[in-house]
Amino acid sequence: MTSGMQAAKKREIIEQLQKDLLLLQGYSPPSAHPVDVGLGPVVAAFPNAVFPVGAMHEFLSDTTEHTAATGGFIAGLLASLMRQGGVCVWISASRTVFPPALSTFGVSPDRIIFIDLEREKDVLWAMEEALKCEGLAAVIGEIRDISLTSSRRFQLAVEQSRVTGFMLRHQPRDRNAIACIARWRITPIASEPVDDMPGVGFPRWKVELLKARNGKPGVWQLEWAAGQFRTVDEKIVKHGAVIRKTG
Amino acid sequence: MCRRFVTIWFRHLITDWMIIRQPALKEQPFVVAAPEHGRMVITAASAAAQEEGISTGMVVADAKAAVAGLQVFDEKPGMAGRLLKALGKWCIRYTPVVAIDQPDGLILDASGCAHLWGGEEPYLKEIVTRLRAYGYDVRAAMADTIGTAWAVTRYGQVAPVSPGSGQPQASLSQSAPVISNLPQPVPVISNGGQLEALLPLPPAALRLEAGIVERLQKLGLYRISNFISMPRHALRRRFGQEILLRLDQALGYEEEAIEPLEPVQPYEERLPCLEPILTRTGIEIALERLLETLCARLQQEGKGLRTALLKCFRIDGRTEQVTIGTNRASHHAQHLFRLFENKIATLRPGPGIELFVLEAPKTEELPAQQETLWTSGCSLESIRLAELVDRLINRVGAHAIRRYLPDEHYWPERSVRQTADLLEKATTAWREDHPRPVQLLPKPEPVEVAAPIPDYPPMLFRYKGTLHRIKRADGPERIEREWWLEAGQHRDYYVVEDEEGRRYWLFRSGHYDADRSTGWFIHGFFA
Repeated sequence: MTSGMQAAKKREIIEQLQKDLLLLQGYSPPSAHPVDVGLGPVVAAFPNAVFPVGAMHEFLSDTTEHTAATGGFIAGLLASLMRQGGVCVWISASRTVFPPALSTFGVSPDRIIFIDLEREKDVLWAMEEALKCEGLAAVIGEIRDISLTSSRRFQLAVEQSRVTGFMLRHQPRDRNAIACIARWRITPIASEPVDDMPGVGFPRWKVELLKARNGKPGVWQLEWAAGQFRTVDEKIVKHGAVIRKTG
Repeated sequence: MCRRFVTIWFRHLITDWMIIRQPALKEQPFVVAAPEHGRMVITAASAAAQEEGISTGMVVADAKAAVAGLQVFDEKPGMAGRLLKALGKWCIRYTPVVAIDQPDGLILDASGCAHLWGGEEPYLKEIVTRLRAYGYDVRAAMADTIGTAWAVTRYGQVAPVSPGSGQPQASLSQSAPVISNLPQPVPVISNGGQLEALLPLPPAALRLEAGIVERLQKLGLYRISNFISMPRHALRRRFGQEILLRLDQALGYEEEAIEPLEPVQPYEERLPCLEPILTRTGIEIALERLLETLCARLQQEGKGLRTALLKCFRIDGRTEQVTIGTNRASHHAQHLFRLFENKIATLRPGPGIELFVLEAPKTEELPAQQETLWTSGCSLESIRLAELVDRLINRVGAHAIRRYLPDEHYWPERSVRQTADLLEKATTAWREDHPRPVQLLPKPEPVEVAAPIPDYPPMLFRYKGTLHRIKRADGPERIEREWWLEAGQHRDYYVVEDEEGRRYWLFRSGHYDADRSTGWFIHGFFA
């Protein structure tokens, strides 16, 4: 037996053991059909290196700029989730997202149904109703504060319907623990000029996975270029006097 | 289908109503009078007054001379019509088609309704008993035609109450079980029995003009049997076309149209209850049963409903109702039930609901659809999505649901068109040639800037007290105001990124002016 074969066998055993461990920890694979969301190395943070669809994700944002970055990141995820002609529902009590911008992230804005409500309470109710609707690509809810009980209800709903839910929490008063599979924070970082051309480069974000159930939290730098996520190599972003006339 | 009609005659409509309002009037004779040619003429006389020999059309002065202590009330114009209308609406619990028969009767189209009360005799008994329990002295009959029913009601021998005896009033005062006062033969004229029923009746039973009746009397034709076998041309020559028409209508050779009080909905289901319903569970069961039958019918006819209306008739005469709407035609009973479910709480059963009516005022064609074997995705056309949207609309209102379609405008606020229709298609493609911010402020907010030279992006700007030093910028992208829509300055948009990597959408309103730092606005945030 060569050392190469031995190593391969070893790796196989370790992978199997890891899977067994996850099962022992009470983890069940969230979906039978893994969706490739194009997140590259970020996906490795989740168990079995599969992006959890059919589960709840929480996004924290402190400022409007962060919310915009989060919106861009989610739109990038939606592009993959809605690839098969799906529909998604965006529920909010104070929506400022501008639908035409989503088309630059590969999402057709006319396939998003926006539900603009007046009260936070209605948002929770509408979100639960939408999450129960089988077949939706995703449900995005702008929820500022949510109790553990309400989030558990969402979790139960998505376990049944296999809908992916995103909770956008803008300046939550209380960062309480809620039932969700992942907690993210997306913040914008300086873009890099493309081929030394002047002007603003591709949207670039610091993607922080603060919490991942059965996974390994981490921090990455991603940018949206040419219709997909791209990991940014850790290198010092050049800052220079780049204000030049561009128009 | 054999048609069946019930006619109801309120023998003392106005005076009965007054007695119900003022029970003290019951014992004494009183009349209602209206001025006519400078004198007061009686328009309605109570049963007690009629026993004393007072009839309508008498002058009040004569009547007062005949009966001591006769009370006279002024007639309220239009009272009889209003009363009949209210009574007719009340009768809708027995059949959907109720018409007013001026001046003192009602016509009910009872076709296919009587079996719900266990047959025609119990049906008619129920109507008469209930009306008499309210205090109205009524007579009613049932027949194949309106004419025969009308004739038997007013001139029939097998009367439910012997005329002029004042018996109903007495029975009411004792509040004895009214049913015992009903005579055994109920005036239900069996199918096709019009001729036999009409033969012994006087000619006035045919709803003829007074002049014709008088002429028949003069000729000694006191009963319909005396002239019904005469040749038709002879009757027409002597008495005109009307007598033939009325005969034909009574015998069923001629159709007679009635105008229903409430237009009949083509899709309507009714559920009368034996016992008044008071609980939510009861209402839910009733609703489920109504929806099942209505949806089965809609499905059979290839239709779906867009709006549905549940009417609950309470035993105290009030009606409670709730409506729902769907954004796509539907005959899915379970879904419609869920839409109603939220609104059941708004129904007040009061003393109890005795009849549920479910109407579908608005229906649309709904061709049968292929059931999908695997429901993997959910497109805009899918029923599940439409049902979700229905549920949301029923709770929060239709204004909350929005979709956006591209519109052919460059002006950012007008570049999208809002629609509530799930199926509306975009007529143009989404434009991606110019960057647009993920977050757009509903109204541009002014910022303070320092801009070096014309047409250059600003070097720094202050927004909400924070100073942003701009590191990178794109622009300007000039967007002209659409002068045919509104007047104002154009905008020069810049995409800027500050030193912390935050990206903004700024614009200068109008042309550059070295003397001012105003005129700059922030309009959005990029991802």
